[in-house]
Amino acid sequence: MRRKIEAVALHALLLLGALLAASPLLWMVSASFMRSGEANSSPPPLLPHAPTLEHYRALLTSQSLGRYLLNSVVISVGGTVLAVVITGMAGYAFAKLRFRGRDSLFRALLTGMVVPGQVAMLPMFLLLRQLGLINTLFGAMIPVLAPIYGVFLIRQYALSIPDDLLDAARLDGASELRIFHAIVLPTIAPVLVTLGVFTFLSAWNDFMWPLIVLSDDARYTLPVALANLAGEHVQDVELMMGGAVVTVLPVFLAFLYLQRYYIQGIMAGSVKG
Amino acid sequence: MTGEEGRAESRAGWMFVTPALALIGVFFAIPVVGAFLLSFTDFDIYSIGDPASTRFIGLDNYRTLFTSPLFWTALKNTAYYVAVGGPLSVAVSLVAALLVNARLTRWKPFFRSVFFAPWVTTLVAVALVWRYMYHPQYGPLNAVLGLVGLGPIDWLGNPRWAMPAIILVSVWKNFGYNMLIFLAGLQNIPAELYEAAELDGAGAWHRFRHVTVPMLGPTFVFVGIVSMIAAFQIFSEPYVMTQGGPLKSTLTLVLYMYEQGFRWWRLGFAASVAVVLFLLTLVGTVVQLRLRRERPA
Repeated sequence: MRRKIEAVALHALLLLGALLAASPLLWMVSASFMRSGEANSSPPPLLPHAPTLEHYRALLTSQSLGRYLLNSVVISVGGTVLAVVITGMAGYAFAKLRFRGRDSLFRALLTGMVVPGQVAMLPMFLLLRQLGLINTLFGAMIPVLAPIYGVFLIRQYALSIPDDLLDAARLDGASELRIFHAIVLPTIAPVLVTLGVFTFLSAWNDFMWPLIVLSDDARYTLPVALANLAGEHVQDVELMMGGAVVTVLPVFLAFLYLQRYYIQGIMAGSVKG
Repeated sequence: MTGEEGRAESRAGWMFVTPALALIGVFFAIPVVGAFLLSFTDFDIYSIGDPASTRFIGLDNYRTLFTSPLFWTALKNTAYYVAVGGPLSVAVSLVAALLVNARLTRWKPFFRSVFFAPWVTTLVAVALVWRYMYHPQYGPLNAVLGLVGLGPIDWLGNPRWAMPAIILVSVWKNFGYNMLIFLAGLQNIPAELYEAAELDGAGAWHRFRHVTVPMLGPTFVFVGIVSMIAAFQIFSEPYVMTQGGPLKSTLTLVLYMYEQGFRWWRLGFAASVAVVLFLLTLVGTVVQLRLRRERPA
């Protein structure tokens, strides 16, 4: 009997927590289908009285949301592909290829992990200005291209590749590039997916750097455009919620499909700590 | 292995790490060093047009910074956010992890996913949702408070409530991540320990106090300090929700750096704020390493 009461209380708490966690997101979706001004009434309505797509239409036409969506996709997908290739190669080399200075180099990289990215932003801006990369999608992509934690993550995983396997391939006359392609890549594929998911997420959600580096409206990413929209259309709650839905939906779907990679990645990282 | 093969491997090693090292070097290491150098100059809007006009001014930026009331306000607000938001977020994460991990809990993956969902969302988007949640007149939060006879509170318009409101958003958004780390820690506690304690007649509270707490201790310290270090970098929440207001009550260090550097183009001065941020992070990291070394292995 006591057990039953405990179980009921436990699940009541869990459901309350789930409601608190989910309600802002559910309300965001609901409000995006309300007519203009409907959300600004007291008490606040939970569901749209007569659902409408007018805000999504307005976002796609007069607010050129499609363009921001495209910019965000280019930066996130491009950045993720490059990051996976670049850090995949580096992580494997630090784990398995013997070369002079490897370990001290790796230690130096780890030291760099404690420096917050924002410390670099002012000089980075000046540097990109010199290079003509201000206001380009590539410029906005740069911070995600070679994440140090990614090199670390992949190295830890690649350490488990048996040396004998690599040496046998070398004896057979395989080039290092071929070994990487044929043996290493398939072995480290799971951790590459984990890294890819994390990189995509941080590139998509990033706000401060794109805000600094993208000055031309046509190059804005979704978060930058949304912050801008919120400044100009303070009263149009329903329109803003539509923009928020479009911004959140892609990462949310990616999460639903790939959540085991997230969860494994976070949990594995913490266990090694 | 012959020397020939060793050389080929060594060459390949360098080839494989070069793209990453070049990117990290050019776009991270050099700018970090650059931030220190920049902080000793008067680089401003005129320097952008004519870099040659920049002068070395020694520690003048730091002198100005440490006598600027706005800097101390930003530091105080950031400290408030870190000191209240950090522990609160860790506590909520721990409670969520314990609930999800409880033996009687059903549908564990469901609850785990729902609690984790806010973490994957885009901060700018959900900050706008919360800005509405906090609306003094139409916001659902005040509607709920009104049901129990409280409020209404002008959450984002009152200097006393604006920072707590931002902390609440951060906790809501971030607790799922640390919850997963605690879940991993909880699952690493051997079940035999609980069984032994139960055989000794220990109740739920005693099992928590004498098995869970000591076993989870190291994870707790690690999560706590990492969260606090990360909290020093808060920028987007106040930028989107309050622009640092009202009355500068949510102006944070990074927001201050952004405004000085990219709104007023005082990049030299802003760099001195960046250096302060770096030093604060460094102190946090040293503390963390100390605590980890001291913990019994």
